[in-house]
Amino acid sequence: MGNKISISHLNFFYGKSQALHDITLEIPERQVIAFIGPSGCGKSTFLRTLNRMNDTIPIARVEGDVTIDGNNIYAPGTDVVALRRKVGMVFQKSNPFPKSIFENVAYGIKINGIHSSKTDLQERVEKALRNAALWEEVKDRLNTSAFGLSGGQQQRLCIARALAVEPEVILMDEPASALDPIATQKIEELVVELSRDYTIVIVTHNMQQAARVSDRTAFFMLGKLIEFNPTEKMFQNPDEKLTEDYITGRFG
Amino acid sequence: MKNAVMTSLTAACALFATVILLVIISYIAVRGVSSLSIEFLVETPKPVGEGGGIGNAILGSALMTLLAAVIGLPVGIAAGVYLAEYGRNWFGNTVRFVADTLIGIPSIIIGIFVYTVVVLPMGRQSGLAGGIALAIIMLPIIARTTEEMIRLVPNSMREGALALGAPQWRVSWNIVLPAAASGIATGAMLAIARVTGETAPLLFTALNSRFYNYYYDQPMSSLTVQIFNYATGPFEVEHAMAWAATLLLVGLILLINIIVRYLTRKKH
Repeated sequence: MGNKISISHLNFFYGKSQALHDITLEIPERQVIAFIGPSGCGKSTFLRTLNRMNDTIPIARVEGDVTIDGNNIYAPGTDVVALRRKVGMVFQKSNPFPKSIFENVAYGIKINGIHSSKTDLQERVEKALRNAALWEEVKDRLNTSAFGLSGGQQQRLCIARALAVEPEVILMDEPASALDPIATQKIEELVVELSRDYTIVIVTHNMQQAARVSDRTAFFMLGKLIEFNPTEKMFQNPDEKLTEDYITGRFG
Repeated sequence: MKNAVMTSLTAACALFATVILLVIISYIAVRGVSSLSIEFLVETPKPVGEGGGIGNAILGSALMTLLAAVIGLPVGIAAGVYLAEYGRNWFGNTVRFVADTLIGIPSIIIGIFVYTVVVLPMGRQSGLAGGIALAIIMLPIIARTTEEMIRLVPNSMREGALALGAPQWRVSWNIVLPAAASGIATGAMLAIARVTGETAPLLFTALNSRFYNYYYDQPMSSLTVQIFNYATGPFEVEHAMAWAATLLLVGLILLINIIVRYLTRKKH
């Protein structure tokens, strides 16, 4: 299995303060990679460098390389719009658009001009909703407001929306942190299911969640990558003392 | 105890504000309703004692408000989108300051300004000049309310669209703007209601007309200027007609409010 994303010597600054220090990491294809670490350790910031979401912050500055399929996404002339189509994102708080369920999923397809016809659009929306395990629950009310859905359903809608533009990588920023245990379980099952076809990077606060869903785990602290190993090893026999202390709850 | 006092005090003030409006409306209704009739609504002004109405004034007000909205709404909304989404720089700050100053300028000064730049070159007062004056009053109000409303749209919604590969301008136009639509519509409605009630800027610019006038290059009557003329006339009949026209104007403004409230009720 090849590496989908390679990060080498990545530094990240908010103005003068440095949020990420010299991070080097290889993300293999079609696996689930979990980022864990205490609040403010830079794991979300790091996630957002992978689809250049930090571009929207004027004072943000990036040094180093992030290559996806061999292309450096910070090279001058990179098409950020195409990048974000390829690297989808699901956020901590579900953020459906003030539109119908159908239009929420159709939006990305439409703006990227992916569909060939109206029927094709409908089929793509259905497929995305099925892949996000939401279709059965919403098929009879596609034209009603997305805000009428429960929190867990809204988050799966956001996943469907991300899937609809046919990304190759999906970044998830604590996708279940605002959900109840049952909705969380659904999202976790979905993550495992999706990793057959997609490379998934998931930031989580919840160590059990990382242990349940991920193939590999990266542990961050104070903007540094402390350890990156297969999840099993990470939770049973970590290389670093710091990782062990964090996982066993000695701080955090 | 203190809490109860404060609560009842603020409640009393809220009640006071509402009661004032009710008193004004009912007073106008009592004074004006007797002179309201179909003839009054469709006829043009006639010499005192022969009846007459405000049909031409209604038409003139409608035409000039329409022109003001056609200019003021798109420009004001686009300016508001710019200020909220891209205007975090010296240019945006300047525009914001200018708009706030413009909101505070007495409307009669805007009338004088339009008189100088539109009426004098044209050689006469016109509906066009009146509409432009009203548009200038509307513009900063709409731009600033649009900006405020757009700022209320959570950033997570923008990020959601950006993450799908939407270019910034498409995010602004088809996610942020619709999300702020009902707030913007409320602001637009308030701006329209505000200019419908303007008198001073029309005195110099649109002047008045005793006839039905459909042409923007001719002087145009308006409800407010007509009310002013009737109210300052020497005869009791004229005063009665001023009350009736006032009732109509207030009713119209109330109606605009109710219609837009109805149209912008939460759908999504």
